[in-house]
Amino acid sequence: MTPSRAVDAFARRHRYSPLEALPWLAAFAAYFVFPDYLALSAQILATILFALSADLVLGYAGIVTLGHAAFFGTGAYTAGILAAHGWGEPITGLLAGAIAAALLGFLSGLVVLRTTGLALLMQTLVVATMVTEAANKASFITGGDDGMQGMEVWPIFGRLRFDMFGHAGYFYCLTVVFLCWLLARHIVHSPFGRSLTGIRENVPRMHAIGAPVAQRRLTIYTISAALAGISGALIAQTTQFVSLSSLSLERSGTVLIMLIIGGVGRLYGAFIGVPLYMIAQDRFSAAEPVYWYFWIGLLMVFVVVFARGGVLGLFDRFRR
Amino acid sequence: MGDTLSAALSIGFHGLAFAMVLYLISVGLSVTMGLMGFVNLAHGVFAMAGGYVLTSLMSRLGVPFLPALLATAVAVAAASLPIERLLYRRLYGGEELDQVLLTMGLVFMSTAGATYFWGPLQQPLQPPPWLSGAVDLGFRSFPAYRSFLILCGAALVTALWLGIERTRFGARVRASVDNLRMAQSVGIDTSRLFMTTFALGSGLAGLGGGLGADLLAINPSYALQNLSYFLIVVAVGGLGSIRGPFVAALLLGTADSGFKYLLPEFGAFFIYALTMAILLWRPHGLFGRA
Repeated sequence: MTPSRAVDAFARRHRYSPLEALPWLAAFAAYFVFPDYLALSAQILATILFALSADLVLGYAGIVTLGHAAFFGTGAYTAGILAAHGWGEPITGLLAGAIAAALLGFLSGLVVLRTTGLALLMQTLVVATMVTEAANKASFITGGDDGMQGMEVWPIFGRLRFDMFGHAGYFYCLTVVFLCWLLARHIVHSPFGRSLTGIRENVPRMHAIGAPVAQRRLTIYTISAALAGISGALIAQTTQFVSLSSLSLERSGTVLIMLIIGGVGRLYGAFIGVPLYMIAQDRFSAAEPVYWYFWIGLLMVFVVVFARGGVLGLFDRFRR
Repeated sequence: MGDTLSAALSIGFHGLAFAMVLYLISVGLSVTMGLMGFVNLAHGVFAMAGGYVLTSLMSRLGVPFLPALLATAVAVAAASLPIERLLYRRLYGGEELDQVLLTMGLVFMSTAGATYFWGPLQQPLQPPPWLSGAVDLGFRSFPAYRSFLILCGAALVTALWLGIERTRFGARVRASVDNLRMAQSVGIDTSRLFMTTFALGSGLAGLGGGLGADLLAINPSYALQNLSYFLIVVAVGGLGSIRGPFVAALLLGTADSGFKYLLPEFGAFFIYALTMAILLWRPHGLFGRA
């Protein structure tokens, strides 16, 4: 790539390309094409946001975490506890979920991000396990193993009621995820986002040019935690149920898998990997929930060995 | 006073037995992670396989305990060889994330496979008659099987340490952990060394999983359930170290049994908080090197 073309490529990132409308058109079309699957579609949208938040730390800042579900679950429980105790206003519920998750992200990030590599992986795992333990022990408010029931979510803006067919819930999720995506897109193409990529690629060099590496890692970790919290709160409000599995290692692991199937560090990997994974899970796991894990395990091994970069990576290879 | 002493003895005894199991399972993980720099989340699969092989050999085929133990170690070590050659080797020196993905995939496959072959229920280990009951040491009696576990673990640990410190093979392993490129340039066949240590570590893990089947119950989600235990031992002990994980396993084993005895409600919290504190203080573990 000649310098001027490279400059062009960088400048072009700020403009919206027509291709970027595709996922949103697809999401819009899904409402009309699959009216019977609105509940699943809403879950897919919210999980896309979760995967997107993981992409910010993993794909852009290069922080490999095994504990991202801690933020997802914190958001879900915050929104759930509010709704079960008399404050069912959905949008403030989302914000509360985001703030609680961001707080946890900031505080745990202060400790966790001091390390790298295996120690970092361990620390994130340990934080998530501690939060799970806490939620399990606080069963008087979280419902413990049985999950939290009795949530009452009020209508959106006092008008749009969450109906049992999920019409309102679907557009609610779509709008929130779209706004969060705009934010994430803005972040990764900003100077701050570019410096994150620099940190991922070469920490000593970023130190050398005077970038505050630790501070930037903590910032993106907190932002990502907030987005994961919103995603958890969305799922809690639309399904009106929160369980301990929202904090589990399994959830932290599967979000990585979905992201990797789509492609890491590309901002759009989540839009491909999450629907692929969740639709396949819906199809195949209904009959044999345990054996689903065999096939997904096999797929992961296959992706690592043959298809690095996920689906979007395959496209890139095809184009070259 | 007598009560306190007896409680301390009991915590120490069970902690030691648990520590032996944790160490046998995790030492191979420490060496493979230190030697190959490979984030291996699937190590528990080999321990689980050991548990299944041992219980099946004994209950279905009626093989006596000691030969079954030996067969378990050999079978698990042999089964790990093709996995190392075909899958792990591709990712040595690769990206952490790919390694996490590959090994998580193996964990998921093992969960489904174990359910397919053995069903979702826990597989109980029936110790042979000569190991059931208790042994009386004069001042106190201890459960016979756990005492055997501690002795057996101690013997294996001694053999392992002698092997690493005194044999040519051990010297090669230490040299490769210290400085891989230097080891390669003086003519050590590191690819074969990786394979052998991987098989050895997996065999030990299988033995640990089988021996410890009454401490860490053998069920399909074993590898995921106990992953944090094994990783804590390795991360706290220090990658590539042989002794570090032993100290870490002792700490974790006694802390675990102590908290279960004294503070069953909040034991897990203290253990995880302690792990975080140690990793903050020494990110490379107690005996790891930067």
